Order: sequence, then C-alpha cells, then structure tokens
Amino acid sequence: MSHEDILNPKVMPEEPEKATLEGKNKFLGFWFFLGGETVLFASLFGTYLALKNSNNGGPTSEELFGLELVFIMTMLLLTSSLTSVYAMYHMKNNEFKKMQIWLGITVLLGLTFLGLEIYEFYEYIVHDGFTFRSSAFGSAFYTLVGFHGGHVLFGLLWIITLMARNAKRGLNLYNAPKFYIASLYWHFIDVVWVFIFTVVYLMGVI
Amino acid sequence: MSTTIAQNKGFGATLWDYLTTVDHKKIAILYLIGGGFFFLLGGLEAMAIRIQLIKPENDFVSAGFYNELLTMHGTTMIFLAAMPLIFALLNAVVPLQIGARDVAFPFLNSLGFWLFLFGGILLNCSWFLGGAPDAGWTAYAPLSTTQPGHGVDFYVLGLQISGAGTLMGGINFLVTIVNMRAPGMTYMRMPLFTWTAFVTSALILFAFPALTVGLFLMMFDRLFGSGFFDANMGGNSVIWEHLFWIFGHPEVYILILPAFGVFSDVFSTFSKKRLFGYTAMVFATVLIGFLGFMVWAHHMFTVGLGPAANSIFAVATMAIAVPTGIKIFNWLFTLWGGNIKINSAMLWSLAFIPSFTIGGMTGVMLAAAAADYQFHDTYFVVAHFHYVIVGGVVFGIFAGLHYWWPKMFGKILDETLGKITFWTFFIGFHLTFFIQHFLGLMGMPRRYWVYLTDQGLNTGNLISTIGAFFMAIGAIVFLYNVIITSIKGEKVGGDPWDGRTLEWSIPSPPPHYNFKQLPLVRGLDPLWIEKTEGRKGMTPAEPVGDIHMPNPTILPFVMSFGLFIAGFGFIYQVDDASWLSAVFIGMGICLGAMFVRSVKDDHGHHIHKEDLDKGDGL
Amino acid sequence: MKGWMGKVRALFWLSILSIVLSGCGKENLSAFLPKGYGAQVSLDIIFISLAVMVFVFIVVMIIYTFVLVKFRQKKGQEDFVPKQTEGNKALEVVWTVIPILLLIIIAVPTIAATYDLADESDKADSLNISVTGNQYWWHFNYGEEEIQTSQDMYIPVGEKVYLNMMSSDVLHSFWVPSISGKMDTNPENENTMYIEALEEGVYWGKCAELCGPSHSLMDFKIVAVSPEEYQQWVEDMQNVDLEATPETASAQEGQAIFENSCLGCHAIGSSPTAVGPNLTNFGDRTKLAGVEDLTHENVVNWILNPEKMKPGNKMTGNYTVPSEEEAEKIADYLLQLKPSDVTPETASSNN
Repeated sequence: MSHEDILNPKVMPEEPEKATLEGKNKFLGFWFFLGGETVLFASLFGTYLALKNSNNGGPTSEELFGLELVFIMTMLLLTSSLTSVYAMYHMKNNEFKKMQIWLGITVLLGLTFLGLEIYEFYEYIVHDGFTFRSSAFGSAFYTLVGFHGGHVLFGLLWIITLMARNAKRGLNLYNAPKFYIASLYWHFIDVVWVFIFTVVYLMGVI
Repeated sequence: MSTTIAQNKGFGATLWDYLTTVDHKKIAILYLIGGGFFFLLGGLEAMAIRIQLIKPENDFVSAGFYNELLTMHGTTMIFLAAMPLIFALLNAVVPLQIGARDVAFPFLNSLGFWLFLFGGILLNCSWFLGGAPDAGWTAYAPLSTTQPGHGVDFYVLGLQISGAGTLMGGINFLVTIVNMRAPGMTYMRMPLFTWTAFVTSALILFAFPALTVGLFLMMFDRLFGSGFFDANMGGNSVIWEHLFWIFGHPEVYILILPAFGVFSDVFSTFSKKRLFGYTAMVFATVLIGFLGFMVWAHHMFTVGLGPAANSIFAVATMAIAVPTGIKIFNWLFTLWGGNIKINSAMLWSLAFIPSFTIGGMTGVMLAAAAADYQFHDTYFVVAHFHYVIVGGVVFGIFAGLHYWWPKMFGKILDETLGKITFWTFFIGFHLTFFIQHFLGLMGMPRRYWVYLTDQGLNTGNLISTIGAFFMAIGAIVFLYNVIITSIKGEKVGGDPWDGRTLEWSIPSPPPHYNFKQLPLVRGLDPLWIEKTEGRKGMTPAEPVGDIHMPNPTILPFVMSFGLFIAGFGFIYQVDDASWLSAVFIGMGICLGAMFVRSVKDDHGHHIHKEDLDKGDGL
Repeated sequence: MKGWMGKVRALFWLSILSIVLSGCGKENLSAFLPKGYGAQVSLDIIFISLAVMVFVFIVVMIIYTFVLVKFRQKKGQEDFVPKQTEGNKALEVVWTVIPILLLIIIAVPTIAATYDLADESDKADSLNISVTGNQYWWHFNYGEEEIQTSQDMYIPVGEKVYLNMMSSDVLHSFWVPSISGKMDTNPENENTMYIEALEEGVYWGKCAELCGPSHSLMDFKIVAVSPEEYQQWVEDMQNVDLEATPETASAQEGQAIFENSCLGCHAIGSSPTAVGPNLTNFGDRTKLAGVEDLTHENVVNWILNPEKMKPGNKMTGNYTVPSEEEAEKIADYLLQLKPSDVTPETASSNN
C-alpha cells in the first residue's frame, strides 16, 4: 500500500485527526504549544493588571470603555467557536462540504470581530486621543488586546489557507490534523477573549 | 568530524546536505558546531574581562567596552553556548535512548536550530555596527530602555529570534518523548537523561514565553515609544525584572537538569551498576522543575518587595536543596559498591560532585534573604552561579561529549588529551571562582570595570585571572583533541563502554534511520538486561519493513534568514523609515516560506526493505 | 589515584593560602568586619547558613572519598560485575528528612532577621534621609533638617537612621557593606531601609546595580559621628552663609565664575537643585567624584575633562568648559567650602 493510499482510506476512522503518527504528534504538540501561549497571555495579563491605573493623566479605563460594542464582539467570537465545533463534527463524519461551509461561517464571524476591533481602536485613537504612546496603561492595553487581535488575524489567514488549499481534493488523513489544530487554535483565541472581556472591559468599567 | 560519506560527496553537496537536513543526528552536529563557536567567543570575552581585572584601576579596556563585554559574555554563554550545546546532546541521544527513528517534528527541529543560529549571528553583528548591548545579560530597565545606540536593540531582536527556536525545540522533545517511545519503553524505564530532557523541555515551554513577552515589551519601549518601563509615563521597571526572572530562574534548571541526566548515565555506566534510587531520581527531577517556577523573586530580594515576599521566596528556594541533595546522595550510592572505571567522561562527572555541592551550598546561603542583602550583586553571586553553571552544566557537557562522542562520530576522544583538558580546566575553574566568594563579601560588587588600589581586592583578583588562563588552556586542548581525534582517531564499534541503554545497541555513528527494527524494551537499562541474559543485542519488536522518513528541506533556513533580515529592519527603522522595507521583505520571506510549507504536501520518503537488507538506507 | 588526590590537596591549600593572604578585606569596607546593625545581622545569618552547609559538604566529601578509594576498579577486575542495587528506602528517607531539618535551622533565623531588617515601627521618631541615586553620584536630602548634601552622608552613631530611597534615572543599589546590606533605588517607588552605625568612622559605600559605564566609580561614604558632633554638623550646615566672601582673591573670582556658570546644576546651601551634586561642603569631601583624591589638581582636571575620570557622566557636554585659569579659580573656591568643623577626619580620629 503506498503512502497516498494510507492517507486516503476508503472508510475514514473515527478520529481522523489522530489516525496517523504525524497526526498524533501534531495534536499533542499543539496542545503543548497552547500551554506556552497560556504563559504568554498570562504574562501580558499580569503586565496589564500592574499598569491599568497608570494612565499618566490621560483617559482612564472608566472613561474609555463601553460595554455594548465589546459585548457584540464577544458574542461574535463565541458563536464562531461554536461554528468551528460544527465544522469539526462534520470532519469526523467525513462530510467535507459541510465542514467547509461551517469553517466559512467561522471565518466570516472572525472577520467581523476583527473589523469591530479595528473600529474600536480607531475610536479611541481619533476621538479620545488614547494611543499606544499616551501612557503605560495605553501601552499595556494595546499590547494585550493587540496581541489577541494578531492571533485572530493569524488564525483567519490559517483557516482560509487550509480551506483554499484543500477545496478541491477533500479530506484525508494528511490534512485532517491540520484542520483540527486550526480549530483548536480558534477555541484558544476565544477563551483568551473571554478573559480579556472580563479583566480588561468588565473590570475596567466597574 | 566529517564522515567518510561527506568526503565522498564533496564540499558543496555536504554543505547543502547540512543546510537542508532534518536528521536529528546531523542537527546535533550543527548545534555542536554552533554552540562550540559561541562558547569560544564567550570565553574570549571572559578572558578580556579577567585581563581587565588583573590589577586595580586597569585600563586594558574602556568602561563602555567593558560593559559590552560583560553583557555579551553572559548572554552568549547562556543563550548561544550552553543552550545549544545541551540541545546538541538532546538531539544526538534522546531519540536513540527511547528507541525512535526520528523526532516528532523534524522540520521544527531544523527550524529551531536555524533560528538559534541566525538569532546569535544577529546579536553578534552588533559588535561591528556601533557597539554591543551593554546593560548586562539581565538587561534591567530603565538602563536597557534608555541606553543610546542600537546595542540593546540587537539584544532584544537576537534573543527573540533564538528564543523562538528554543521554544520549538522544547515542544519537539516533549512530543517525541511522549509519542515515539519504542514498544515496552514505559516512562519509568526511560534513562535518566531522557527524563531530564523531558522535564527540561517542559520548563522551556512554560518559561520562554515570559521572556518572549518581556522582550516584546522592551522592544516596544525602545523602538515604538511605549511606556511599560518608563516611570515618566506611569510605567514600572520592576515588571521587567519579574518577567525576566520568571523566565530566568527556570532557565537555570533548563540548563542543569540535562547535565544531571548526563552524570546519572555516566555514573551508572562506568561503575557498572544500575542507578541507585531511580524512582527517587525521577521524582527529584520533576520536583526541581516544578519548584523552579516558584522561586524567581529570590533574584529580587533587594528590589523592595517587602519582608513577607522575601521570606516566602527564601523558604521556597531553600526547599530546592532537598531534591538536589537526594540526587547527590543517589549518585554517591550508585558509585558505592560499584566497579568504578575512571576515564575522561568519569573525571568530569566525579569533579562535578564537590564543585556542584559548593554551588548548592552557596545557593542555600543566597536564599537566606537577610544574608542575601550582603551577597546580592557582588562577586559572591558571580562565584555561586559559575560554580553551578560551569561546575554543573559545563562539566556535564564535557562529560556528555566524552561519553557520547563515539556514538556521534564513531571515534573515542583521545584520553590523554582529555585528562589534560580536565585537570587544567578543573584547577583553573576553582582558582578563578573560589576566591570570588570572598571578594564579594570584601566589598566588590559584580560588573565593576575597575576596583580601587587600596581596598584589599588585588590578590584575589590576580588569583582569579590566573585561574581563567588555566581554563582557557583547557578549552584549547579540548579543541585540539577534537581535531586530532577526527584526523587520527580509530573507529570503534557500537558499544565501546559496555553500555546499558538503547543508544549503545546500534552502530556508531547510527544509520540515518537509527533502528532497522524497533527494539523491544523489557526494563530499565534495556541493553544491559539483554547482555546479562547472554544476548548480544536487543530483541526486535517488529519484522524488517519499509521505513518512513521525512524529506530534507531548505525552508527552515529560509524562514530564519527572513527573520534575520526583518530583525535589522526593526532595529534601524527608528533611524530611517525606509528600513521598514527590510521588515516587509524579511517577514515576507519568512511568511512566504511558511505558506509554501503549508500548501506543499510533504509526505516524506520510504527506505525500502530491500535496501535495508543490503545494509544501507541512504 | 595518588596523583589526583595530591592535586586536589594542593588546590585546597592554595585557596586557603590566598584567603589568609588577603585577610578579611579592608576595614570599613568589608562585610566580614561589620560596624553596623544590619551588617551584623546579615553576617550572623551568613555564619549560621555557612556552618550548616559546611557540615553537609563534609558529609558528602567523606562518602565521596570513601567510595572512590574503596570501589575504584582494581587491576584484573575489569570484568567484575557488581550487585545491581535498586535503592534503599531507609537511606533515601534519611537523606530527605535530615536536609529538611537542616533547612529549618537556617530558615527560622532567616525569616526573623528578614522581618527585623524591614522593621519601620519607629520611622516617624527617627532621623529620615531621602537618598537619590543618580548616574553616577548620590544625593542626600535631610528633609526635616532642611539640609542637602551629596556623596558624604553624615549620621549620628548608635541611632537608627531611615533611608527613603529613589532613583532619578536608572536602577542603582545603595550598599555600605560594613554598615548594612543593600537596597535598590527604583525610579518609580520609594524603598525604605534603616541603618545604624555601631562605631564612629567613615564607611565606604558602593553602587551595586549596573547603571552604566561608570557604575564602578559611583562610590560614596557614610560618615558616622557622635550625636553631639552630628548636632553641630546639622547646625553648621543649616547656617551656611551663602554670601560669605572667600579669603583669597583667586577664590573670590572663582566664586563669581561659579555663580554665573555652575549654579544652574550645582547647589550650595539647602537649595533643592540637584541636577548635579550639591557642593555645600565640598572642601570636606572624602573624595572627589567618589573615587579620586580631593586635590587641587584633580579638581581642575575634573572641571576641564570630567569624562576622563567618569566615563558617561552627565556633566560632560552639558556645560561650557572654562579655561584652565578659570578652572583653577573655581577649584580654589570649591576647596575652601568647609562650613563645619565636623568632617570625615572627626569621625576617623575619634575611632
């Protein structure tokens, strides 16, 4: 049996993402990577908490933040996490088309989120004069939220690339792990946002 | 060092082979060469420091240059010498010890190396581009954020790039050890070196992101006008100290644990006994790794954290002495009742015990916060961490190299030269650093360009410098040994030491695919078990079949090179916005290579059964 | 075997010899010769921990030496295979429990001492001095007494003195080894520690946190005098006559130049200006710029080219370099600034 055949079995196994050694390695390695990412964001959160009141005479978090927009953004991202779960569900059933559709919805939701975030930053910078350089608080805010935004952007590019690359050839044991870890990454981004929503926005307004 | 195959292939082909290799054994050699080069460079910087301090009020180097030397010595030795040399050993040995044909992520493995190398080169480019970083290897803000020139920028970007490489290496070894162990190789049958590799990799995974964040913040402060560490903008410089040491303290254990692993294997092999208290040793390793994350603030006793924090971190730090003590006694009792053969590898290991015990003693003394108010930032600390890092890590690397050299290159390093290296280095080491404990308490802070004539510090410094020359001679003899062995050394078989673990069950150097058939592991020290039962080698766990191996690729090199270019762009865009083009080009190259990697299928290749039977799979 | 034991022994004696040769360091500088409360407390902890640790080291070395002598491979026994012991529960418990007990012996006094040295209960009733670390000099502000001075800190012997420390630029660390352990000066928050000199004397202080090229030249002194002399010094410093005319003509001209060109950065008297060191009692300083002898020639050289003495200092490039003649006059003026009879010599001679 050639390598191609191994990767394209007639019947997809139950967990296609972990059916090969490469898949298992990717799966485990990515979990470890997310462990490291957790430390990365923990460090950023710690820095933010230490500096959140260092507004240096500039606007404070109470003056800046409103919850309406952020709430919509939270809903968008939470929903996108759910749609990526649907995508993975269809992947396990070997229904490639449906998986692509749900991933497409995930990407759309993510793009909307990113658009709203850019709009939010634009408002702060142009209307409130609150920038990366106005105070230590500003630096910490844009760094923490910006790092998350950067992750969202990277996740979107990643999922789009995977969708485009595999659009014609469908699902196999070679790309199933790739789809799977991309969705893991997306969940992680979602979890981080929940913390940002709580720590930065909720605690910043109250 | 080059093998016969390399000679047959010609220089260009060999070079291409190494640029594109994803074979962990070749990557080990690359790490060895890279780390060895930076070790010599860091040593040269150390010699300049010691020559400057040979007499009071010396003017061998200027004050500013001295700060560059001490910064680069520390940074180079930790990030560019010790780490890669440890990675050389991990790459050379761990897959063999667990009976794997490869690592879990050969591509990432290669990427990790090239990132380290380009990061290191970027950092050292600063010497020729207006001056090296000069804020100490710890780069405390606000000195580091306010130093004029680009020195510290090179530090930030260089370490960011090489740090990313290290993180990948860590993940790679974690997954390799979890997923790729041979049949029967349970966790509690893994050689201690593999265990320490595992714990070290976990530490890398959880420690390096803190440095990543710290470096990003420093980069933003220096290059993009943020105010994290700038008190005038409401920032706080102590945040850097926390982030640096949350990374920095585990880093010490990242370095020392694999050395512990080396000594465990060496003691066991050359006293012909199984490791005493194996379970306790594993437990102690894990405990040291765990506690290593709880003690970072003992580097900050004088920062003003208050007596409560200082006391907590003091006690937590002292607690680490317990698992470390367990290890020392287990090693002693491994030797107890053994048939101890003393050769170069063993000399380094035996010398480690008293040297490291002294380092551990001073470690406990430093942990006592009220005493640390005197020790902190003096030559006492310098003495302490050199006792730990040289007496532990460097001795461990030398022991490991002597021990595994035949496995890596098929030749044993010359014993006479090995012993000369050992004695000059060992004597020089104690001569250099023992006296520094006293210099510190006599009133000599560390990082001092000059000390004054009449302060009673002259003799001690002179002795210390003399010792440094001995160490330099030792290092040069070792280099000579490597060259002479590669030219004249005789080939040895797969198992020159009467070894106990899996790596000795295969030829030296091992074939591309390591194991023709995966071995069946039946206990701790699997090869030893087979030997005591009268068999010559391991029992295979599978019939001979096709072996799937990854393809070589140039992409890791290209990605790292892209980041290298982008690094220059980030540094110089403050002077001239047109340098931003370098950022875009560099990042473009890197992301482009990532894109290619992502869309181009790479299924690897198979070595066919028929070729294996012929005896080569290349 | 003999060979390398011999080498170890030689190494040992060489180290001992070197320690004896250099003694315990210089009086009033070395942490081994404490003259202050903090230094005494720290040294006690150092000795307690050292004693415990030397005990551990000796135990390790006895086993180590025994093992190497007894179990080294003998001729003709290369193939001897020893018994493969897995471990020994009892032994392993012993070398886990005993170190824990030993650590408790160190930890308890450590915590007590750490809290003792951080005590601030009588801060309000004590002398408080604000310490500012600068690249590369120290400023001392006696708030309540309205005295400003630099480089030499005068304190009364036998009294607790609270130091409230900050930095004006990068991190520094305030360290007078024979008086007390060190404390960092941070730019964003004030750190407090107390010192108490047990004997009169002039004590060397050093900066212990890398702060730039002249980090090693940032020395200062604590001048501990009797409480009476300290009172006298305070009064003298409070009553400095800023209008006083120097005796010599040269110094008078120097004063004129100084007032025109230098006062922007260097204060005389209790002015809060502290861009550069306060020079009120410059003539009584122990050292010039922390490390050089206070001679007329050195002062002139400093004024003409401070970079040579302290690389990277903040004066270089920020003032109009006077002619050599003018510098001589400024030096004449500065060196006669001796407002008090209580000087570092007073502290040294009483001792």
